[in-house]
Amino acid sequence: MPKIEFSRRSLLKAGAAGLAAATLPAGLARAQGSVVIGSVYVGPRADFGWNQAHAMAMDIIKGVPGVTVIEEENVPETDAVAQTMESMINLDGANVILGTSFGYFEPFMVDLAARYPDVQFRHAAPLWSADKHPANLGSYFCYLNQAHYVNGVAAGLSSASGKIGFVAAKPIPSVLSNINSVLLGARSVNPNATVQLIFTGDWSMPVREAEAANALVDAGCDVITCHVDGPKVVIETAEARGVKSCGHNASQAALAPNGFITGAEYKWETIYRLYADNFAKGEALPNVVVGGYHNDMVQNTAFGAGATPEAIAAAEAAIEGLKAGKPIYVGPLNDNAGNLVIEGEKDNYDPELDGMNYLLDGVVGSIT
Amino acid sequence: MAETAAAIPKSAPRARAAGPRLGPAAEVVCIVALALIASAILFSLFLLVIGASPITFFQLVWLGGFGTAFSFQNTLQRAAPLILTGLAFAIPARIGLTMIGAEGALVIGGFASAAIAIPLVTSGAPPVLTLAIMASAAMIAGGLWTALAGWLRHARGVNETISSLLLTYIAIAIMFFFVEGALRDPGSANRPSTLPIGRETMIGDIPGTSVHWGLLVGIALAGALWVLMSRTTFGFAARLTGGNPRAALAQGLPVGTLIVACAAIAGACAGLAGFFEVAAVHGQANAALVAGYGFTGILVAFLARQNPLAVVPVAILFGALAAAGGLVQRRMDLPDASVLVLQGIIFVVLLASETLYGRAKIFRPAEEGR
Amino acid sequence: MDAFADTALFTLLVAMLGGAIRVSTPFMFVALGECLTEKSGRINLGLEGNLVLGAMIAYAISFHTGSPWTGVLAAGLSGLFLGAIHGYVCKLPRVNDIAVGIAMMAFGTGLAFYLGKPYIQPSAPRLEAIPLGEWTGIPSLAQALAINPLFFVGIALAVGMSWFFRNTRMGLVVRTTGDSAPAAKAMGVSVDLVRFLATAAGGFLAGVGGSFLSLSYPGSWNEGLSSGQGLMAVALVIFARWDPIRCVWAALLFGAAGAIGPAMQAIGVTQGFYFFNAAPYILTLLIMASSARSRFSGRDAPGELSIVK
Repeated sequence: MPKIEFSRRSLLKAGAAGLAAATLPAGLARAQGSVVIGSVYVGPRADFGWNQAHAMAMDIIKGVPGVTVIEEENVPETDAVAQTMESMINLDGANVILGTSFGYFEPFMVDLAARYPDVQFRHAAPLWSADKHPANLGSYFCYLNQAHYVNGVAAGLSSASGKIGFVAAKPIPSVLSNINSVLLGARSVNPNATVQLIFTGDWSMPVREAEAANALVDAGCDVITCHVDGPKVVIETAEARGVKSCGHNASQAALAPNGFITGAEYKWETIYRLYADNFAKGEALPNVVVGGYHNDMVQNTAFGAGATPEAIAAAEAAIEGLKAGKPIYVGPLNDNAGNLVIEGEKDNYDPELDGMNYLLDGVVGSIT
Repeated sequence: MAETAAAIPKSAPRARAAGPRLGPAAEVVCIVALALIASAILFSLFLLVIGASPITFFQLVWLGGFGTAFSFQNTLQRAAPLILTGLAFAIPARIGLTMIGAEGALVIGGFASAAIAIPLVTSGAPPVLTLAIMASAAMIAGGLWTALAGWLRHARGVNETISSLLLTYIAIAIMFFFVEGALRDPGSANRPSTLPIGRETMIGDIPGTSVHWGLLVGIALAGALWVLMSRTTFGFAARLTGGNPRAALAQGLPVGTLIVACAAIAGACAGLAGFFEVAAVHGQANAALVAGYGFTGILVAFLARQNPLAVVPVAILFGALAAAGGLVQRRMDLPDASVLVLQGIIFVVLLASETLYGRAKIFRPAEEGR
Repeated sequence: MDAFADTALFTLLVAMLGGAIRVSTPFMFVALGECLTEKSGRINLGLEGNLVLGAMIAYAISFHTGSPWTGVLAAGLSGLFLGAIHGYVCKLPRVNDIAVGIAMMAFGTGLAFYLGKPYIQPSAPRLEAIPLGEWTGIPSLAQALAINPLFFVGIALAVGMSWFFRNTRMGLVVRTTGDSAPAAKAMGVSVDLVRFLATAAGGFLAGVGGSFLSLSYPGSWNEGLSSGQGLMAVALVIFARWDPIRCVWAALLFGAAGAIGPAMQAIGVTQGFYFFNAAPYILTLLIMASSARSRFSGRDAPGELSIVK
């Protein structure tokens, strides 16, 4: 039976460490002064999506001598996560905790950080602020909306109708920012482009995602993209319907040999490599590590058959612009209810954008 | 014999067998122990097939579930909501209702308590008053929610199993509609939630532990409901109705009222679980309320053989399995699914072990034989 | 026609038609399987486990053999295996079938998730749909009418099952076993054996339903694939009042209603999408509540069924 490579490797390592630790009294591992990292995932590590992206990047940390990584998957965003993390600290001697799901932050990781000041906590969303949260807590995040902006540019020039379909899970800021960035990218090359939006209401609803993709195609969209945990179903449905598609999370190019344009990919490995360096040198972890195109934390999938030559050229130019710090959100911009939401030019890392709660004019959809 | 096996609510003698007599109690302990050993053997085979060590596995289960003071508290934390949702299935089961909608009542109860807290917290009401109103709102909302299923069953002949399941999905939709819409706290950026009730209002832990008060309330409620169902006229009438509704009707019992009341009690229990999720764990209502406690409660109740008192230890067993599951995953690098397989095996074997009751004469006083 | 084909109403109707055809098949198979089981007087609430395990096995086998139909068969056999366990355990006296069903749900999904890890990423050969709508010349309608053969198998099965219950001796035996065990015994029938076979066969059908999920629509394996469809399908049997033909209608209705959520947003009605997404549940409840029935509506229900007593 084929087995996914990363899990076999980690099986050997963590299995051996686990057997050794199981025979020791709880908490002894910490006394040895080594780094034990507890990594917590909201879904299965092999989900071909968000969790897998983290789990694979975690392999880089596993390669650092003296560092043990313990992992737990399918931990829901309830107090189960607090119990898991506490258990990692108390029973496995973890002294670094990485929480990879949005909902882990408040109240769970904030409370735990206060209760365990000797343990370092890092959370994968731009939520930490020095004046509100404990000093042994921090954030790391890749601003994927920059890569979605590039998706939008390429989609805008690859679409005949100018209607881009977007299948989204939930109306939270990071999702809304991706949707709005696709729109702004598309409008930068085609001022009449629109984004037609469908919310499925949850992170993993394969049947509804397929229905949504079909409904968008039926409504006249000829490029489909998405922000759900596992984009496989959306991309495959789009390909089966003969329309083009843009990916999300990881590379889906192989799923759509005819219609794939490009995709937005996280590069968590950049962050985890930085952490690994810190561990190797025995340095403290920085509180905040965020980034996008300028510091190699996001990328776009290699262009597929669905991308026109003009689209490729424009998208590459857009990438260069982002690397140079060219802002995506340039006011005045109205939301799709007619309110002015962005006045001037916003830096791509402006904290105000982290609280985005609107859809820009040109997005057909509603957040309630 | 199989035809009697099909209907739990019918079998009043079984309810009696679970009463606090020494003989039957010893029987329960022996049979449960036997079943746990049998499932351990079955799961060991599974582990050997996939190349993992059963000895390490069970060592870790013990360590993660009970082995240290921390582990046991972790177990109790996870057990707390399951006691209440277990009761939410067990009580209507006694009157012959198969209600699988505790999840919905939990969600709607938790949401109601968080929603009603918004004006109270913003106007600076005293925490005790706020909490009391929140708890009442949760119990009323949850109770009405499942009472609707009970009423539909009695008045319209709508099967309560399907209606309670449908109502669960509808409850979740209602909660999300408001939490991500009109009642969303603007501060809840990446996790749409209602306004936090704040640390000063939230229920703390039981002193000296990290377990919230929901555990003790659940245990007390289990005791109270045991008294209600076993020692009062109401309980007797309910069990009689569960055994034979037509006979109960013929005897002039208010069957409709009894059905709606039992359904409402169930919803109130689940709603209370939702209240504790909001008031003791999250401080607000959000997607975390949909955690599956309601569905797990069904199994808890069945393994407890619908006995409110037995719900408590069974819920603790579930809590231990969940707590240990994480440790097993981390130390042995097994996927989460392996714990699901273990749970499935334990449940099937425990349920199958029901067949052993009453077979060994040594446990049964002469007058109790049937 | 062309003018109408551009309207929002047309889009919605086509989406509902397409949804009914695309989404209904797994519901249909699980409901028919459960219908057979419940007709024999036993309830298997655990068909969600069969559905998920079937989906995973079908995908894996199709991936390894390159033959999706082999995958369908393997899915059925995996469902048969789970159904047989349920049937055997519930044969023991005093064992509750509802509870065992829920436990089997945990076991089946756990097994599927455990074995299915390596198959989330690869693409397996899928079942081909029959393009029945090319003649319309309207792409959306053509897509809605690209129908998977399993859909027709399901309908044929429902018709056959309905005939089987009404016109064959075996059908009579199953019905009698479900309505009154003493009567069945008087006929010289082994109640346990009939129920065991009915549960195993019902499990087989649910497994086949799972293969549709992974090999046709949405046509991929991952752990969120079913998200409760198996449980809902079991409930639909009660809604369909234990009639195979009505099971098909219920599945079609449920599929069509499930398309409302995405389609309403696609045509620009975007407010309140949570309620549109919950349309199948709301509609089913309303229909059940409005079709007033007598207080003890046991007329259609198998008399031995614990859930309706």
